[in-house]
Amino acid sequence: MADGTLAIELKGISKAFGPVQANRDINFAVPRGTIHGIIGENGAGKSTLMSILYGFYKADAGQIFIGGKPTAIPDSQSAIRAGIGMVFQHFKLVQNFTVLENVILGAEEGQLLNRSLAKARKVLEGLSRDYDLDVDPDALIEDLSVGHQQRVEILKALYRQADILILDEPTGVLTPAEADHLFRILEGLKDQGKTIILITHKLREIMEATDNVSVMRRGTMVATVKTAGTSPEELAELMVGRKVLLEVEKKPATPGAVVLKVEDLRVSDEHKVERLKGVSFEIRAGEILGIAGVAGNGQSELLAALGGMMRATGKVTLNGAELPLAGKGSDGQSRRRAGIAHVPEDRHHYGLILDFTAWENVAFGYFNEPEYQKNALFMDNAALREDTRRKMEKYDVRPPIPGLAAKSFSGGNQQKIVVAREMEQNPDLLLVGQPTRGVDIGAIEFIHNQIVALRDAGKAVLLVSVELDEILSLSDRIAVMFDGRLMGFRDPEKTDERELGMMMAGMAGQGEAA
Amino acid sequence: MDYATLLQILDTTLRLATPLLFACLAGLFSERSGIFDIGLEGKMLAAAMASGAVAFLTGSAWLGMLAGIGASLVFAAIHGLASITFRGNQLISGVALNFLASGITVLVAQALFGQGGRTPPLSGAARFNPITLPFADTLQGVPVLGPLYREVISGHALPVYLALAMVPLSWWVLNRTRFGLRLRAVGENPAAVDTAGVSVVGLRYAALAITGILCGLAGAYMATALQAGFGREMTAGRGYIALAALIFAKWRPVAALWACLLFGFFQALALRPDVVQAVVQVKVPVPFLDALPYILTVVVLAGFIGKAIPPRAGGEPYVKER
Repeated sequence: MADGTLAIELKGISKAFGPVQANRDINFAVPRGTIHGIIGENGAGKSTLMSILYGFYKADAGQIFIGGKPTAIPDSQSAIRAGIGMVFQHFKLVQNFTVLENVILGAEEGQLLNRSLAKARKVLEGLSRDYDLDVDPDALIEDLSVGHQQRVEILKALYRQADILILDEPTGVLTPAEADHLFRILEGLKDQGKTIILITHKLREIMEATDNVSVMRRGTMVATVKTAGTSPEELAELMVGRKVLLEVEKKPATPGAVVLKVEDLRVSDEHKVERLKGVSFEIRAGEILGIAGVAGNGQSELLAALGGMMRATGKVTLNGAELPLAGKGSDGQSRRRAGIAHVPEDRHHYGLILDFTAWENVAFGYFNEPEYQKNALFMDNAALREDTRRKMEKYDVRPPIPGLAAKSFSGGNQQKIVVAREMEQNPDLLLVGQPTRGVDIGAIEFIHNQIVALRDAGKAVLLVSVELDEILSLSDRIAVMFDGRLMGFRDPEKTDERELGMMMAGMAGQGEAA
Repeated sequence: MDYATLLQILDTTLRLATPLLFACLAGLFSERSGIFDIGLEGKMLAAAMASGAVAFLTGSAWLGMLAGIGASLVFAAIHGLASITFRGNQLISGVALNFLASGITVLVAQALFGQGGRTPPLSGAARFNPITLPFADTLQGVPVLGPLYREVISGHALPVYLALAMVPLSWWVLNRTRFGLRLRAVGENPAAVDTAGVSVVGLRYAALAITGILCGLAGAYMATALQAGFGREMTAGRGYIALAALIFAKWRPVAALWACLLFGFFQALALRPDVVQAVVQVKVPVPFLDALPYILTVVVLAGFIGKAIPPRAGGEPYVKER
């Protein structure tokens, strides 16, 4: 029941984390009784903005109006009082509590539970009838499916009489059927006059479910449009933006024999949701295959499966030899021995141990190599230090001090340490994820040149990046990933950001096979 | 073994189980809120010293108990400051407090009384004396139950009954009150509590305050009822046995009662090796009986008697994400 009044209005919201401006002068308004989509790439500032609205963060500047009244939201309690309910991407449920207990937590009536539980049971009955939100109130959360757990989160918000419901990437963990059910629920809520804010990076959901959509890019709100008056192409372009191309000097590729052949690779996550849904491709020696895509569409799982960090099914051959995808021989160590080096997407979690020194970090994954052994019992630390110093100089790591803790280096230099470690092992195949995330311009150029040099040395490179310009300037071939599948292959010379952006949004590209 | 001996041992069991039970419930509140507390031992010791000293100086067991609770609360507050406010390592804070208590109790007692780190013997109103329950003598003639009532149930100091009363009370607080619901939630998933608009820090401090009070009662009982005054290291590892009982009971109040009674029984047996030898016909070394609680706890932890799942957020300082 949209009546033209505004449920929420934000004016000039800014928020910085140290030097990173997560939100910059955000203005937007959501009419009451509508579903409003917020779309943007990962790191565009969507979640920060919603956290400000839910009282998790305090904005550095700006004002929030709820129902036309200026409202301060210093904490979650105030947000709840203002009628805002939030369904987080990672549910905030107590696993060994019942549905009822989770619903009343923090919204109990009086000191004793009996009355609250009885009331909640009654309210829940009504809510599940009205909104198709069927959940057994006495079930334990840990026994519920992910879709049902999400319903509990929605019920929690409704029980607190939320008028404004914010859902952060709600379909990320859902099966398509569960997602469809969720959107039916949201429609029902909208019909009852609730206002819904849907944060997502999936264009299809925006087009199907929302009335209006705001696009965020790099901390700013670049546009707010009526969904009916826009197209996925336009949104994709707004989302990705036109960035200045970083030119990389490189000769044309001279692909040789097939190094990596991947057939029908499938990976499921811990919730048994299939993240990689049958991916097939090959990479030749002296070739860089770039995988483009909005983060969270299966690229991470692809790297993890090939790097020996996740179990998978399908068939992967490296130089003609099949690699085990589960069980013995499918671990990272075996992959390294087989000739696969891996620069992981998240260097802080998987690439480095920040409290360890540079030379210790350079030893990771390779400390069993014969050249690092002094004798049967001891490692040759002196040799390792010397080796690290050599690598640091070659890769221009500053300062070139092997004994310095990894955390003491800047982001770019940390990444160079990882890159040096992986490339200097002379792998047949280099897996490299987000090589320049959080890395300064100078280091970006250096790392790009190193990747090209490796290619020119006749190695195969699999490059995964959410930065389209990086993919475009480095790759010899581009594959676009969407929803766990490859949407198609493109020649970087014969495509552009617009076409790739559409493919990234799940609009199937035509023809032109691998 | 005759019936009279059995009753004697059961009587001792109850007396020895009392400090375990207080401490075990103390640990239960703290751990269910997500704060590991290895410092039960230290809090008991500090409480024992404070209550022994104050009871002697004032001649009142009650004031001694209050002092014990106060001392224990101070230790609980330090633990809270280190592990909740400053998000330090809870085990390290607990161990540090144990060492602190071990030293400072002797130091203070020595400074006050100059008797080699102990407090002077207590007597009269400075102790909690045995209470004879109604009809204990009248019912003595009833076969089996009469002597059981008179010898085992009746004739204990007040804190023994208080400890027993704490069991249903704790169960009720945890399972039937708003505070209990939030306390259990904060030990399982503090983020759920935080997003519901409830203070994680506040809840955890409240839990530690209860822990402090219960440990205070445990220590006061040791110094003013079980024994007559404080002696160096008088808690003798009871804080750790209480922790073992807590795991054995899988963090549940009623099960904690049975666990503490069982471990108290082992302690009682350790005092009567002659009886043990008479029953099992083998000389059982006393250290083995002392070790039994820990051995059983390891058996439980290894998963032989159902699975012991500790509170999921236990030991993790809460840091707000996003």
